[in-house]
Amino acid sequence: MSSRIVNWFKFSSPATFYPLAGRLIPWFTAAAVITLGVGLYMSFFVAPTDYKQGEGYRIIFVHVGTAWMSMFIYVVMAAWAGLGLVFNTRVSAMMASALAPTGAMFTFVALWTGALWGKPMWGTWWVWDARLTSELILLFLYLGFIALQSAIDDPRRADRAGAILAIVGVVNIPIIYYSVQWWNTLHQGASVTVSGQSSMETVMLWTMLIMTFGFWFYAIAVVLARVRCIILERERDTTWVRELEGEVQ
Amino acid sequence: MLEVVDLECVRGDRRLFTNLSFSLSKGELLYLYGHNGSGKTTLMRAICGLLQPTEGEIRWDGEPIRELSEEYTREVLYIGHKNGIKDDLTALENLRVLSTLDGVHITEEQAWDALKRIGLHGFEDLPTQVLSQGQKRRVALARLLAHQARLWILDEPFTALDKAAVEMLQQVIREHLDRGGMAFLTTHQEVELTAGQVKQLQLGKGGQGCV
Amino acid sequence: MFETFLAIVKRDLILAMRRRSDVLTILFFFVIVVSLFPLGIGPEMNTLRLIAPGVVWVAALLASMLALERLFAIDYADGALEQMLLTPQPLSLLVLGKVTAHWLVTGVPLVLMAPVLGIQYDLSLDGLRVLVITLLLGTPALSLIGAIGAALTLGLRGGGVLVSLLVLPLTIPVLIFGAGAVEATVSGLGGEGHISMLAAILVMALFFAPLAAAAALRVSVE
Repeated sequence: MSSRIVNWFKFSSPATFYPLAGRLIPWFTAAAVITLGVGLYMSFFVAPTDYKQGEGYRIIFVHVGTAWMSMFIYVVMAAWAGLGLVFNTRVSAMMASALAPTGAMFTFVALWTGALWGKPMWGTWWVWDARLTSELILLFLYLGFIALQSAIDDPRRADRAGAILAIVGVVNIPIIYYSVQWWNTLHQGASVTVSGQSSMETVMLWTMLIMTFGFWFYAIAVVLARVRCIILERERDTTWVRELEGEVQ
Repeated sequence: MLEVVDLECVRGDRRLFTNLSFSLSKGELLYLYGHNGSGKTTLMRAICGLLQPTEGEIRWDGEPIRELSEEYTREVLYIGHKNGIKDDLTALENLRVLSTLDGVHITEEQAWDALKRIGLHGFEDLPTQVLSQGQKRRVALARLLAHQARLWILDEPFTALDKAAVEMLQQVIREHLDRGGMAFLTTHQEVELTAGQVKQLQLGKGGQGCV
Repeated sequence: MFETFLAIVKRDLILAMRRRSDVLTILFFFVIVVSLFPLGIGPEMNTLRLIAPGVVWVAALLASMLALERLFAIDYADGALEQMLLTPQPLSLLVLGKVTAHWLVTGVPLVLMAPVLGIQYDLSLDGLRVLVITLLLGTPALSLIGAIGAALTLGLRGGGVLVSLLVLPLTIPVLIFGAGAVEATVSGLGGEGHISMLAAILVMALFFAPLAAAAALRVSVE
């Protein structure tokens, strides 16, 4: 009897999650638009000009938020993937696959804005700074995850293989980060330091936080939309998706 | 005893079978048949524990095989489409390595005997590379003689075998059943073993269920 | 349990000895890659001495990536792997046995060849000694971490390239501490710290990688 209940539960979860995600998307989209609007306004017009770095520093309002997101999303992705692996729940594996592109995008934006910031600050587009290097490796990890999942045809195998890779990656991230830092201090000394960060003004901190919240809402909205697509694709043979199609037509 | 309860397996996008239930007790042979692509191999791999079914459960003496893991694999011997023998090892080496991994201790003499009985006398010391398809199949099947598994899962064991070997293999399976073993068999060949009073299970078109 | 481990190591060593050319290919690859750098950079000895640790280590990393393909692929193709999954032995033990044998035939030759290549780059005696020690600690870690990638990409299209994409980022710490130790020794800073980090990574890899690779094999063989 108990196996029946599990049966039903597993089967219905994508079906119940799909409309739920659909209802949540507009809210998160609206929240993202508002917070990012406020955040950008504050970054450009409210936050004061930095006495040392001039106007160029304003890019950190995007840069720091995206860098935080890029790391955080990887952990969240690994957590979903691990959940899917242990409990064999399909929606969590789909969430992991849906998170990966967004995480990779944030990592890329963090690298991009880092380079843009580096040019006026350090005089070069790229420095082998510990944080930049770790971020680059993080991008490789995301790309590896996406490449592995897209190389596997069977969705169940793709989910589980991706989950193992994500978990191995999460275990490795602290080691990578630590080793890169060790490597960096040995090679460069502390030549690159960010001026004025410790004495950051409250306004700047607030702006940064609001921007990060904005990125959060954006990420949730986009991931939910993507997971809805994945659900439809994977569940296209089930009755509930067929019924949905019927309603649309 | 082996019990399969409400099993469902999906390969890629295709649902091969669903709500499949049957059981197999001591001394019984289950003959599995169905057209190509009906899911016979998938079912066998699921019962081995190589493949995780999407729904349902497989129980061995009342316990789910997922939880038994190594206790269960000790009881099972699977001969699949692939022989699982190494081309660069001799027949004797192959048999001995596989037995060690199976946790069965066989002496060199027992290994020679098993190979002799399976009809590989004179070929024991050659790399299996130079053997014919049928002979390679025999090397794989020699494990049946050197193993203490209670459940044999044989996926098309008769392919590439000559008439005498088919006879001999049937005899080996009968002896196994007489000792209280269980066997699970697919074949597209007409053999005596499946003609008599045996449990049958058809997959795919034309029904699904135990007779 | 140890008997099983030995059985699998012995089996894989016999198989490798009967197919020696595969092993030699990897060693030649290592030698050629290292020898290409002076041709690309120029024969300036001071520069070469400076880049030697990095070059030898990167080449070792690439060679061990190349070797990964043969770790599980052949056993997968002939069905031996699925039989291993069905034996009443812990799969991670079998993986450890296979990785050990794999390292003995692909990793150890690199370690032995490295001093000769180091001499080409005019590395000091101390530098050569540390190079051998770091490779001795690092190459098994590379094989272990690589086993996870090899298991995940089993039977996939373009598996060889994919495996590098998955595994290379994970091996960065090994590269950093390995090459770093040699460099620190050469420049007189002492590489002990690096070497102990490398040893720590190896211990962690010995513990975790077989488990992860075993889980990956179960997924891939299905």
